Amino acid sequence: MSATLKARVRKMRHGDASSSFLLDIDVEAPPGITILFGPSGAGKSTLLDCIAGLTQPDAGRIAVGGEVLFDSGENVNVQPQHRQIAYVFQTLALFPHMTVEANVAYGLRDVQEQTKSSRIAEILQMFRVERLRARKPREISGGERQRVALARSLVTLPRLLLLDEPLTGLDAELKTSIIDDLRCWNAANKIPILYVTHSREEVDALGECVIALEHGTIVSQGTPREVLDAPRRWRLAQAAGFENLLSGTVLDLREPDGVMRLRLADAACEIEVPLGHAVPGDRVSVAIRAGDILLATEPPRALSARNVLEGKIVSLERRGSLVAARVDCGAVFTVHITPGAERTLELAAETKVWLVLKTHSCHFVED
Amino acid sequence: MNIEALLLSFRLASCVSAILFVVGVPLAYWLAFSPWRWKFLPEAVVALPLVLPPTVLGFYMLLAMGPRGPLGKFWQAAFGHGLAFTFTGLVIASVLYSLPFAVQPLVASFEAVDRKLLDASAVLGAGRVRTFAHVILPLSIPGIVTALVLSFAHTLGEFGVVLMVGGNLEGVTRTVSIDIYDRVQSLDYASANSTALLLLVISFVVLAAVYGINRRARRRVWLPWTSK
Repeated sequence: MSATLKARVRKMRHGDASSSFLLDIDVEAPPGITILFGPSGAGKSTLLDCIAGLTQPDAGRIAVGGEVLFDSGENVNVQPQHRQIAYVFQTLALFPHMTVEANVAYGLRDVQEQTKSSRIAEILQMFRVERLRARKPREISGGERQRVALARSLVTLPRLLLLDEPLTGLDAELKTSIIDDLRCWNAANKIPILYVTHSREEVDALGECVIALEHGTIVSQGTPREVLDAPRRWRLAQAAGFENLLSGTVLDLREPDGVMRLRLADAACEIEVPLGHAVPGDRVSVAIRAGDILLATEPPRALSARNVLEGKIVSLERRGSLVAARVDCGAVFTVHITPGAERTLELAAETKVWLVLKTHSCHFVED
Repeated sequence: MNIEALLLSFRLASCVSAILFVVGVPLAYWLAFSPWRWKFLPEAVVALPLVLPPTVLGFYMLLAMGPRGPLGKFWQAAFGHGLAFTFTGLVIASVLYSLPFAVQPLVASFEAVDRKLLDASAVLGAGRVRTFAHVILPLSIPGIVTALVLSFAHTLGEFGVVLMVGGNLEGVTRTVSIDIYDRVQSLDYASANSTALLLLVISFVVLAAVYGINRRARRRVWLPWTSK
């Protein structure tokens, strides 16, 4: 059985006669990254504090992989120092009077000296902070501090990692590279990671599973798109957040398949989109997220996606942790890719590319 | 100048500072971190010597240490002699008298340690003792230095409590401040002046050192005349 986190937590707002809940939540996080997304004050940090044992819930049950850490019914409340949970705070909380190495060694008190030094060396290397060993936290940069905080937490081989907006204030490139290192570490260790953020950009970049919190409860849960993009039927105004808003003419309806074909703009470019309220000949709009489009440098074959468009890159522009590529396929699309993909595929202006669009990534917009 | 009185004062101040450090650190830890709602009561008790006339404190200490006082009786039973007008009695009274000068800077510096560091320490598997020894204590060094120096300097300069509890026994309880008083009473101004001047210089050097250390540590540390 994998070490999934299961947490049911209820916590009342202190000194509030109206007995409103600060937190009333039931979450499950399998190994891999789960994002807790929500505005500040939604209860994200309180939930992490409860899971780490720094705050006691009024009621509930918290277990990781079958081991109960807290159960109000059975009076179980494991002390934070015995929970084996790593927690990286927004402020990082590196010990200012200790060197980087001493910080990282702090959680390894009970480990044998030889194993200890090899584990420290390994994690420092993994997070690329080896050369900072002897420095104090105030002598290194913000991004380096974030890496050291991660290394200090992960060297203890925790069974769960809690991250409370650990990458706030970093530029996009640094963010991406730290996230890549974290993913790389977790590919080997496979623990659940709860990642708190209020940034949509980070949600997009981290992907996988998102839990959206508001006022201490879960408002939606699923893939980033399911959470961020509900409801299903779009109004033009709602589609404003989509990078690609294209108008086209309905060519034909294929009702048994639940799709219809559109010709985009006046170009020769045709795409298949989910069936909407339209008849052939209607002018309609479709909205497509730039992050939903795949980009290939060779003609892709044998795909389930129905729309493969040939085109060439017009421009590439760095935006935060993303690269926005403008691609002309008759109609011009904006596609978000990672800086890593840009490098690997050796993309540049005029590069010939193919775009792949899933039918259900194309949202039919009602005017 | 009465070297014997000066040495006695230094001996007293050293004993008191050492005892206050041992007693003050756990007491300050408790005052800083206990969630007890009535904590303000012991806090007020600790601060009492700041406002009480030394004669009042000395008077009650004398009663407690006298042959019919609880402390005096206990001491008589345990060690075969009384406490009043002895060096030990003087140490006990001085510890109480200088308690706030040790405890308050310690509390202030313990409380100034970022709570997130304590959380981080706990999450990394450290219990309270380890967190205290490896995080709180090293980050409170300016406060500890202040506490030690202030209790030393304050004991060095005390007069009223010594007079009440210790009397004026040469080599036993005649501290430097009593000695100066004695000399002024007997109109020996020259000798009083040399001792007084020495005490003045020592006090200044000690306080300048505390301020210097605090300045270098770039941290605000409690001093009785900076907190109102």
